[in-house]
Amino acid sequence: MAGNGAATEKNVVQTIHDTLFEEMKRDDRVVVLGEDVGARGGVFRVTHGFLKEFGEDRVIDTPLDECLIAGVAIGLAVDGLRPVAEFQFADFIFPGFNQIVQEAARFRYRSNGDFGLPLVMRAPYGGGVHGALYHSQSIEAFFAHVPGLKVVAPSTPHDAKGMLLQAMDDPDPVLYLEHKKTYRLIKGEVPEERYTIPFGKADIKREGNDVTCVAYGLMLHHCLEAASRLAGDGIEVEVIDLRSLYPLDMDTVLESVGKTSKVMIVYEDNKFLGLGAEVAAQVAEKAMFDLDGPIVRIGGPHVPAMPYSPSLERWFLPDVDRIEQEMRKLAEF
Amino acid sequence: MAKGKDRHTELGLKEEDLIEMYRYMLTARFCDERQWGLNRMGKAPFVVPVSGHEAAQVGSAWAFERGKDVFCPYYRDLALVLVAGFTPKDVFLGLFGKADDPSSGGRQMPAHWGSSRHNIVTGSSPIATQVLHAAGVALAKKLKKEDAVVGTWFGEGGTSEGDWHGAMNMAGIHKLPLVFVCENNQYAISVHESKQVAGRVFERAKGYGMPGYEGDGNDVLESYRLTKDAVDRARAGEGPTLLELRTYRFYSHTSDDDDRTYRTKEEVEEAKRRDPIPAFETYLKTVDVLDDDKIAQMREETKTLVSEGAKEAEEADWPDPSTATRHVYADLEVE
Repeated sequence: MAGNGAATEKNVVQTIHDTLFEEMKRDDRVVVLGEDVGARGGVFRVTHGFLKEFGEDRVIDTPLDECLIAGVAIGLAVDGLRPVAEFQFADFIFPGFNQIVQEAARFRYRSNGDFGLPLVMRAPYGGGVHGALYHSQSIEAFFAHVPGLKVVAPSTPHDAKGMLLQAMDDPDPVLYLEHKKTYRLIKGEVPEERYTIPFGKADIKREGNDVTCVAYGLMLHHCLEAASRLAGDGIEVEVIDLRSLYPLDMDTVLESVGKTSKVMIVYEDNKFLGLGAEVAAQVAEKAMFDLDGPIVRIGGPHVPAMPYSPSLERWFLPDVDRIEQEMRKLAEF
Repeated sequence: MAKGKDRHTELGLKEEDLIEMYRYMLTARFCDERQWGLNRMGKAPFVVPVSGHEAAQVGSAWAFERGKDVFCPYYRDLALVLVAGFTPKDVFLGLFGKADDPSSGGRQMPAHWGSSRHNIVTGSSPIATQVLHAAGVALAKKLKKEDAVVGTWFGEGGTSEGDWHGAMNMAGIHKLPLVFVCENNQYAISVHESKQVAGRVFERAKGYGMPGYEGDGNDVLESYRLTKDAVDRARAGEGPTLLELRTYRFYSHTSDDDDRTYRTKEEVEEAKRRDPIPAFETYLKTVDVLDDDKIAQMREETKTLVSEGAKEAEEADWPDPSTATRHVYADLEVE
């Protein structure tokens, strides 16, 4: 991907910080708004140093009102600015649900194309960070269900940069999900030049002929680890990182299933009606006769949200051992 | 008739302004009467009436600069969007759901106004969501150092929504160039103001660090005066204002409502005695701007224009179902 080859190793959160910072320098229409994005520089430090560099006009500490954040961001976009709204935790986005779903998602359609909203909504999501019920949620299914929104969830620093820039170039509202556990855990080479990764293109993060494993977010990294364990036993798993949840790249998934005849989908959101349900349904619709085993889904349990205590949190999240076990079972089916 | 006191000159309004304002009020009223007629004939499934609100809407809208300022109205604002640039034909294209409906190409229910050409931000059915969009547009105007002002309109029911309070808060904190106009007709569908609003709407302004005023929304000059002051303040960088224009709606909430279930005929008749249109006609006569003959002539002309607009809209094309998947995204096809 890198043009001149210059790249730096960074973690996910540093990449998002740097990308946003550079883009604000490049395009003065970009403004960020949210709770604690100014003086504090964001609770995860994504906007650290922004206030000093760009000033209060472009780095807006909003009142503690997520509905306001979404609604005001819409108005900013209507008038030609490029707002990047931060929802401090995805778990707190719901007061803004009406503005995002009823307003942002439907602006273009309901005005017959007269209005469009170039609007980026960033939301740190996901568990494994001792966040309990209200700092661990996966919210993608609610929003990916809504035509008019794009929902993306990059898993690596490289993808985080390319997809954030794509989101900022996009003419429509984009929910950009950042898995909190990957923020500092996942590092990788990030090209210094500006590049975008088109939405609706999944990425094969590991090639293999025996089983197709579809994931995104933290689970992608668990799946990669499980796949490398199986490789020692001669089982080659193809691991696909969806990256973009809507638009969804089923072509890449179906092509892989055509090769492996076995598919599993791993996600930490509730298994019921989650992204895995859609992927499984489309595989069943379009590749039934390629299959040589059951479609396997590993997802979160059907409890209202992730509990706090370490033992309970471990119970909730699919882990590498469990994924490895299911992969092996499917490979041997 | 003895010549009455001139109230418009000191407001900077000329005779031509008064005649145009009157014409817009008449146009709105006749559009309303025609849309009810079409509803009874089975040609218009859904009607959102405006009658009673004409003075509040025309008076407040007149204070804004068309082509520069931005309007975030709600569904009752038929008269307001006429001032902003809609024609009667536009209104009826929306009423029927025709392809050329400027708001939505027949996708939304009637009265869900929007048009980038006229600086009217597209609206929806959930209440008071537009008030936050207005705050966002006003913030953009301020950041870009443009001297445009944003107006947003809503009923007293809308002031219960969190969106409304958030917008008031944001506007107050950032001294946004924004005018909040409450068309208080005392009923949110059936729920009376006494069960909707603790205290008074205009007094809520104080809690958000801005001035609030109430006025007679049946008086077009009073509605104009209050809004003009607020727009001038906003344009001068002095921040937002909340206005409460008290009025009444003469018909049910919509054609799907029946107001006999929650208010008396006597109350409605009493309110109609304060009809803003005859009140303005009386004023226009006492200051010698119009006489009975001119008024009769304008009524005839306006009725004809409205009828022609309705007829043209009725004859216009329906949207083609093959277009129904367009404009979900700018750059993605959907199935």
